Amino acid sequence: MVHPATTDQEEAAPPSGLRRRRFLAYLAAAPTLTVAAKFAAQGEAAAAPGPVSAQLPLPPLSEVADFGDVMVLASTPTTALMKLEFTGDNKVLFELPRLEVGQGLNTSVAMILAEELGARVDDVAVKLSDARPELVWNQFTAGSTSIRTLWHPLRTMAAAGRARLITAAAQKWGVPAEQLKAQGTGIVGPGGRKAKFGDLAKDAAKVIAPSVSSAPKDAAEYAVVGKGHGRADARDIVTGRAKYVSDIKIPGSLVAVVVRPPTLDGEVQSFDDSAARRMPGVKEVTEIPTGVAVVANYTWQAMEAAKKVEVTWSQGPIAGQSDSDIQAQLADMTGTLGDTLGDGADAGEIDETFDFAFVSHAPMENNYAVADVKNKRAEIWTPAQSPVAAQKDIAAAIGIPLSSVTVNVTRAGGSFGRHLFHDAAIEAAQVSKAVGKPIKLFWTRPDDTKHGRMRPASHHRIKASMRDGSVRSWAHKMSSVQVDFTHGLGDLLTSTVVQAEVGKLPASQLYFNLTQSIPYEFGTTTISLNDLQLDGVHTGSWRSVHSATFRTAEELVIDQLAEQAGADRAQFRMDNLKNERAMTVLRKAMENGDWGRSLGQGKAQGICVHEEYRSVAACLVEIDANDRENPRVTKARIVVDVGQPINPRGVEAQMQGGLVDAISTVLRASNHIDDGAVRESSYGDFQWARQRHTPRDLGVEVLPATTGDPGGAGELGVPVAAGAIASAYAAATGTKPRTFPVNH
Amino acid sequence: MPSYELTVNGKDVEVDVPEDMPLLWVLRDELRITGPKYGCGVGVCRACTCLQDDEEVQTCMVKIQDADGSEVTTIEGLADDDGLHPVQQAWLDNDVAQCGFCQPGQIMTAVALLNEKSEPTDEDIDKIENVCRCGTYGRIRQAIKQAAENTNSGWFW
Repeated sequence: MVHPATTDQEEAAPPSGLRRRRFLAYLAAAPTLTVAAKFAAQGEAAAAPGPVSAQLPLPPLSEVADFGDVMVLASTPTTALMKLEFTGDNKVLFELPRLEVGQGLNTSVAMILAEELGARVDDVAVKLSDARPELVWNQFTAGSTSIRTLWHPLRTMAAAGRARLITAAAQKWGVPAEQLKAQGTGIVGPGGRKAKFGDLAKDAAKVIAPSVSSAPKDAAEYAVVGKGHGRADARDIVTGRAKYVSDIKIPGSLVAVVVRPPTLDGEVQSFDDSAARRMPGVKEVTEIPTGVAVVANYTWQAMEAAKKVEVTWSQGPIAGQSDSDIQAQLADMTGTLGDTLGDGADAGEIDETFDFAFVSHAPMENNYAVADVKNKRAEIWTPAQSPVAAQKDIAAAIGIPLSSVTVNVTRAGGSFGRHLFHDAAIEAAQVSKAVGKPIKLFWTRPDDTKHGRMRPASHHRIKASMRDGSVRSWAHKMSSVQVDFTHGLGDLLTSTVVQAEVGKLPASQLYFNLTQSIPYEFGTTTISLNDLQLDGVHTGSWRSVHSATFRTAEELVIDQLAEQAGADRAQFRMDNLKNERAMTVLRKAMENGDWGRSLGQGKAQGICVHEEYRSVAACLVEIDANDRENPRVTKARIVVDVGQPINPRGVEAQMQGGLVDAISTVLRASNHIDDGAVRESSYGDFQWARQRHTPRDLGVEVLPATTGDPGGAGELGVPVAAGAIASAYAAATGTKPRTFPVNH
Repeated sequence: MPSYELTVNGKDVEVDVPEDMPLLWVLRDELRITGPKYGCGVGVCRACTCLQDDEEVQTCMVKIQDADGSEVTTIEGLADDDGLHPVQQAWLDNDVAQCGFCQPGQIMTAVALLNEKSEPTDEDIDKIENVCRCGTYGRIRQAIKQAAENTNSGWFW
């Protein structure tokens, strides 16, 4: 599956006696990852003493192999288990082993298949696949990797299908296959002969050696890929017909709401359910590991009865701690950088720190799952990013074999990383088992805000030094409450990467090193992550994981460096960028947004570039910060290069969404922890951006293909917009914002 | 349990439910009309927005006893079976939706706004409180403007 090290590249030891460093070498054209022996975290270099001149820059791991490369590697062994089905009514069915969360994956997948098959996009029906454990790591939705991992397998599969269909038609008509072509979900031949895929499918299945090439098309032939397409499910959505797990009703099912502890991870000591049981519609009250489940006929009855259960709780593990205590612990972890990177001769050394608050995922659809457990079997309906892990965890939770659990994957009403966790499904299975009836288990909005998942709070320390207008050293040390990777992704990373002998780092560290990089020529650059393990705080990967806070902190320091150099902020970035693609998007964003135009008092522009997922984007924003409580991004221009775009309209939507995430998290929306409990309970106090906080003037330019392969797009918009907004806010207010969101 | 009569999407219905059960849950759990969504339960996110006697309401905040005898329109009743309301069409044309969960509420809010003001300004649109966690606000703005234009120019009817 994964081939271990075949090359071992080491740098010569620097004269200062630094430890020998080893790093990955990724051979882009090779089918497998070819790696050096052991990878040492870049943080070790950061902590090393010695003058700048003695430190050689260590290329960030993500520049040689990133998380998406790991996902491609991990998913490749089982891609052959995916299949296309051609039906009599001339539809092409594909069961997609990923989750549709709003990112438009269903549409893009249909487009790729339609392109290679010669089918109409509307004739390709993409359905979310049930959990298929045999797919191993090829059923995981994370890290903007879906299109990257599916691109080659889907094209190959569809092109092979096309070749067989053409061959079958050629045999049927007795004409040379070269004279036929696939179009409009059919094969067209000389003299206008036509046959539908559905009518040829049976014969095509018998074709052993196709008479025409089974190779995917050249980019020059694309008729579908790269052209904007509306969402495949748009009509269902606007008519209210789109069904989410919360809309499913199984005959005979009951609704469960769980009474949850006042402090995070508090446990039930005892409870009195007598009042709750007298409430109308209540069928059962039962304890589960996370609380007390109240089961009733109607959702509303369960919610009302849950209020009547008297529970004595133990204090949770962080009772007594508030977010200020946590931030102080995080700050301590970056406070001993070693600690001078400069040799003292550099003028204007910058040493800045930044704090970022916890942020709830808060998808619009509350956490819901349906479970029917009976006769030692379980059938589950849930929107899961990691359904194979869900299946395993549910089997373990209710004590039945893995093979007795069916996980039906439903579309998600948003996720942003939330559905990496299948907590509702586990609870639904536990309650269904206890009650003996199908259960729809429902987390109320306060439940999900207080006990759901959050982007962890983090602290960042950045030190930079300049000489003669050039940045000579750059060190970024991030400390974060540990991102919870115990949802299968951690196993994926450790099994794939550790087998490849990259190193035995914890999953969060691996993820960090596989995703973070510095796009600028900043001399000796070092980045590192320290994790704070904090039981009781429910963290999780939140759209772009470490990147949005990482980028935001860096952009503010880059602005300071530009000021020291006496340079324009955008030009300074341009002069220091390493990558041609990054320079292009920056230049276009400057043009599209009229960089440098004068704005009134309390208003300013900000600009940022972000490279990740083998894509790159630039964002220019204008902000009006005259009302400090309600600063408004008034204009935004994003230019994005995703390599080969599949659906530019979808990419545009992802950038717009990323922008709103950035507006929210840089300026407004966060969670507080008071004495071991999350303070916020709904969108009333979790200040997610509304229409009035977003720009009326908004433009996204998706560049035509710049490479042959698609990069990731789903998360890219968040960090790039976050950096631009922070930069604009600092310029508009003349302040140095150091805690985020600025209105925490 | 008390009984209530109301007209939902043009159909007369009678429901036997507790008097303080919110209209949202009557629609979803009793009538199996699932276009209106629960997002917060306190009238803030507005994913449950419907029309009650042509006025925009957050159905999670309307007790069934206060809906007795009224006419309720949900996203499902906005247009005839295969047709689309101009606002729905504008939503399609602008490819507004991402996850789609808030969109029934967004569309109903836009319908109510356009019923009140045939040419809503940017300031009017800014007053919309509905949350979209995916961040489709830019396309919502475009779609409302297009729906207004199409309706006013008679393009649609």
